[in-house]
Amino acid sequence: MARELILKEGEVDTRSIVSINRMSVRERLRAYRRKPLSFVMLILIILASAITFGAVLWILLYTFIQGFSNFSLDLFAWEHTSKNLSMMPALINTLVIAAISLAIAGVIGVFAAIFMVEYAKSTNIFVKIVRVAAETLAGIPSIVYGIFGMIFFVRLFGWGYTLLGGALTMSMMIMPLVMRTTEEALKAVPDSFREGSYALGAGKLRTIFVIILPAAMPGIISGIILGLGRVVGETMALVFTAGSTLDPAFPSGLMETGSTLTVYLYALIGEGNRHIGQAWAVAVVLILLTVLINGLAEYIGNKLKKEY
Amino acid sequence: MQTNTAVSAEKESNPVPKTKTLAAVKEIGMMAVFAAAALIFVAAVLMICIYLFARAIPGISEIGWVNFLFGADWALGMDLFGIGTLVVGTCYSTAGALIVGVPVGLLTATFMAFYCPKWLYKILKPLTNILAGIPSIVYGYFGLKVIVPIVRNAFGGAGFNLITASLVLGVMILPTVISITENSLRAVPKSYYEGSIALGATKERAIFRTVFPAAGSGVMTAIILGLGRAIGETAAITLLCGNVAHFPTSLTDPFVTLASGISSGMGYASGLRLEALIGCAAVLFIFVLIITVLVMLLKRKAK
Repeated sequence: MARELILKEGEVDTRSIVSINRMSVRERLRAYRRKPLSFVMLILIILASAITFGAVLWILLYTFIQGFSNFSLDLFAWEHTSKNLSMMPALINTLVIAAISLAIAGVIGVFAAIFMVEYAKSTNIFVKIVRVAAETLAGIPSIVYGIFGMIFFVRLFGWGYTLLGGALTMSMMIMPLVMRTTEEALKAVPDSFREGSYALGAGKLRTIFVIILPAAMPGIISGIILGLGRVVGETMALVFTAGSTLDPAFPSGLMETGSTLTVYLYALIGEGNRHIGQAWAVAVVLILLTVLINGLAEYIGNKLKKEY
Repeated sequence: MQTNTAVSAEKESNPVPKTKTLAAVKEIGMMAVFAAAALIFVAAVLMICIYLFARAIPGISEIGWVNFLFGADWALGMDLFGIGTLVVGTCYSTAGALIVGVPVGLLTATFMAFYCPKWLYKILKPLTNILAGIPSIVYGYFGLKVIVPIVRNAFGGAGFNLITASLVLGVMILPTVISITENSLRAVPKSYYEGSIALGATKERAIFRTVFPAAGSGVMTAIILGLGRAIGETAAITLLCGNVAHFPTSLTDPFVTLASGISSGMGYASGLRLEALIGCAAVLFIFVLIITVLVMLLKRKAK
């Protein structure tokens, strides 16, 4: 800030200021000769970054090249047959499971966050217990959710492998994510909003729904979209609750079994080397979907966020 | 609930006319709804605990606790339920993932926080986010089709071994380690770094001797969350571990983890075999609980 001010007034030659803090290459080399370990660390830092981003590009490019060379319109045919191996039904199943689990986890997560931020004091013992519970839920691996869903929905309720059971399991999984992002969004709404609303005679409920939630909406929506990304990318919890089948016909209802896109990929891989090309194509669609979803979440979270 | 008293106190100081009692009921009713939503989190954890352990404990008792926890033979088809090899496999593959992922992740985070020019950051940051978003089954398939053949050619054997799994898992935990480490490095006051530079330290020395120690608990959190992701990873490891339940004696040995043991034992899921799988899930759950507690303690320390 200070430097910009000086720049505008044009009183000081800015280059002289910069050169105080900037070492010449020769000075830097001399410093490194005195501390060779620092130079080694610099090399390691650059090497590690190259490995990280090399790995990302390798995975993306390899998958895209393999996938796009195996793309065909057949893969997106409306009806799945053992010949065209269309991923369309799996895509629809993914949307169905995502819609249900987001609706459930969205309501529970947002409401719980409202309670945590707007009503409860953070020293409250109940709040502490809820926080521990949310952290625990967030840490449980998907396979454990899968086993729980299988014990609970598949066996105890006697539903068998169903889209609904899968969606309910998924909603448990993404609840903590929605709650945490909503909490952050609510906390970012300045207190002056609340005070202004109360001063105008609005009740607490009215303040929450008319003032606070709209202000926090971009953050909340981006949290829900992140949850969508989790559902789209989840495999194991769904194999154990919604079932895995290589023949994802359109389910006639929520109480039918059905593979999502990830589970369909899992089933294709399970067939050994028969469907390598199709599997790469599904992998590409999955990567594109998750990139799109996460990008959207970030865009909404950043660009639509109002500065208060 | 203490919040109830807060609300009623508000009412007393601010007597409500009779026409507004409906509004007051609505206020309290909705607060109950919000509280109930928060309660669902607690209920969900309790239900998972209860149903998992209520099924696991009788099953394990029938198998025998020592037999189950330390037994070296795991073959569901032959009713052999010793998860010793699975636990060891889980520890090895998690350690392998950390050995690969943590140094690379910490150094990359350093690059992102201190070296990366702005234009490059705008490209690299989204790339790490993409890495975080790729579904684990896609990592698994990439590992299966690309890494397994490479490892097979380089080290011999089938290619389904600890090396392959560690490499893939290591890359999978990278985004977690990078983003949390980067955030905690950036949270350290700039004056620490500047003071160190002013005293004549090289940039690297300033970073690793002053900024890193100051960001210590954040870096630990990053590592432990990475560990948490590696320990429960299933879809990718099931495809890469080779699925042979024995104590791996070399890096090129196949192995089984708790999670991959559950997923590949799925076909046997009935009777005592199902109880054994639930037992595996319960053990994994306990591992993750320990990790969660560690993370919470670290966060408290950071405050």
